[in-house]
Amino acid sequence: MTGTRRIRRLLIANRGEIAARVIRTCTRLGIESVLAASDADVESLPARLADRVVRLGPADAGRSYLDVAAVVRAAQAVDADAVHPGYGFLSENPSLARACAAAGIVFVGPAPESLEAVGDKLTARSHAVAAGLPVVPGGEAADLAGARQVADELGYPLLVKAVGGGGGRGMQLVAGPEDLAHTFDLAVSEAAAAFGDPRVYIERFVSSGRHVEVQVLGDGSRAVALGDRDCSVQRRYQKLFEEAPAPLLPDALRAGMAAAALALAEHLSYRGLGTVELLVDRERGTFSFLEMNARIQVEHPVTEMVTGLDLVAEQLAVAEGLPLRLRQEDVVLTGHAVECRINAEDWAQGFRPSPGRVDRVVLPVGEGLRVDTHVQGGSVVPPHYDSLLAKLVVHGTDRDDALARARAALDLLRIEGVTTTVPVHRALLADPEFAAGGVDTAFFERFLDGHRVGAR
Amino acid sequence: MELTPDDVRDVLRVLDSSGLDELHLELADLTLTVRREGAVGWTAEQHVRRAPRVEQAVAPAVAVEAPAAAAEVGEGLVAVHPPLLGTFYRAPQPGAPPFVDVGDRVDAETVVGIVETMKMMTPVHAGVPGTVLEFRVGDGEFAAADSVLLVVQPAAGGAPG
Repeated sequence: MTGTRRIRRLLIANRGEIAARVIRTCTRLGIESVLAASDADVESLPARLADRVVRLGPADAGRSYLDVAAVVRAAQAVDADAVHPGYGFLSENPSLARACAAAGIVFVGPAPESLEAVGDKLTARSHAVAAGLPVVPGGEAADLAGARQVADELGYPLLVKAVGGGGGRGMQLVAGPEDLAHTFDLAVSEAAAAFGDPRVYIERFVSSGRHVEVQVLGDGSRAVALGDRDCSVQRRYQKLFEEAPAPLLPDALRAGMAAAALALAEHLSYRGLGTVELLVDRERGTFSFLEMNARIQVEHPVTEMVTGLDLVAEQLAVAEGLPLRLRQEDVVLTGHAVECRINAEDWAQGFRPSPGRVDRVVLPVGEGLRVDTHVQGGSVVPPHYDSLLAKLVVHGTDRDDALARARAALDLLRIEGVTTTVPVHRALLADPEFAAGGVDTAFFERFLDGHRVGAR
Repeated sequence: MELTPDDVRDVLRVLDSSGLDELHLELADLTLTVRREGAVGWTAEQHVRRAPRVEQAVAPAVAVEAPAAAAEVGEGLVAVHPPLLGTFYRAPQPGAPPFVDVGDRVDAETVVGIVETMKMMTPVHAGVPGTVLEFRVGDGEFAAADSVLLVVQPAAGGAPG
């Protein structure tokens, strides 16, 4: 990237809490914020917080937040200097990055080549190998015969993963050879339907793994690692609780993970915020590359709490073409931070979605507390989008302190009118195995089973 | 526009030293109530009143809302409602054949469609044995909680639910 371009007016092509989050940084930096909102969101809290709102399209995301032409049209209509895509929707879509470039608009994200390099799981894996990162043993399977050959080398259990998948979508577990043919066919047809790409590959299944990720920030020539996060508390591959730093990791392992993430970012000449997701094998004490997310993450605030950085501000600076403002030695981590994702879902009924009108929102406030949300009393949570209502983020002097403060804050947080996952977080924070730290990705389903039995 | 967490913490510092338990602020664009919650901490209830300034990048679609599907069903027929409001799909995947079609026999447990609500899929069951008479909500259309997705003619002897 040559030259710099000052961002004075930013189009935010997203919704929900991340839209409110980006607007907050714009306000602080004196950047004019323009929210591109669907018809379901024109009265939302982010729409009230933004300096301006431009109508993007109908409620259906396919014709608004997922429509590249509509986003570019909205940016041109308001003469925006840049587009911030948030997370999800078009945030990792090379077509939007290219369309912005063609229209002379800054895309707040990596170059299209980087998005392509990490968007396809097999390509990402080959880049990781080229950068010297360990990967989970496995390989591509063009057909059932190929799958059998890879499976015989790996042994069972194993995972069949969609090349076009990611974020836990498009994965199938195969317990033994008798299930391979059936699961392989199913995975191929589901991959074709869900991602428009029938290719799958096969990986060894790590029976007890932790999901640990490293936050990186690059300017295209240099990158810094901004610490790690543990996101092992998951249900159906969706994260519910995250923390920074990842607890109970040996120093050498943690340092190795940071070095690996930097090596990948530098190999890609990465410009922007990114997250390198790693799988920590609890039994072997090793880590392997999973995938790289080329965008801001939902759980970025825990990193902001322990580093003291505003990651959106850093993201905007590198998007402007400025060199990194940080050296690696400037990155100092203080204390421990945790995040509870509060969703509009009913835990007691299998996490059934609970859209509707929010009557009242009362939030805990104080030192080390932060709640990122897009709802207030009177807000309507539409059924068209995801169920994330708010993120409770708590910073403590250490993990025990952060958890204790999170318990107290949860007791004060009230979102009335829709059913929320606050009760599941209360139960989680009271669980001794969780409180001890370092649980694996299978922990939370076990925890839920225990509570289901206990509830009867 | 809004009070940032830093602004609210400034308010808290003033309150903490004042001995007050509650403060209600009314500004042009927002109201804020900060309360002491016993010994455990403070809460804030913020309400941004400012109306959004909406501009049109594209002409608003005229009458995009489909006319509400008729709610009445004939005597002896059974209406199938969605388990939750959301987008109704008649097939498991785009391009796949529909779960059921008009004229098909169904059991109470037969899956006749899926509803997507907040990116989660919930199956729709016929609820009664019989024959599918008509669909009133099309594939990919939004269904309110009380809308009639389809109408089933119950099988003889099958009690309508």
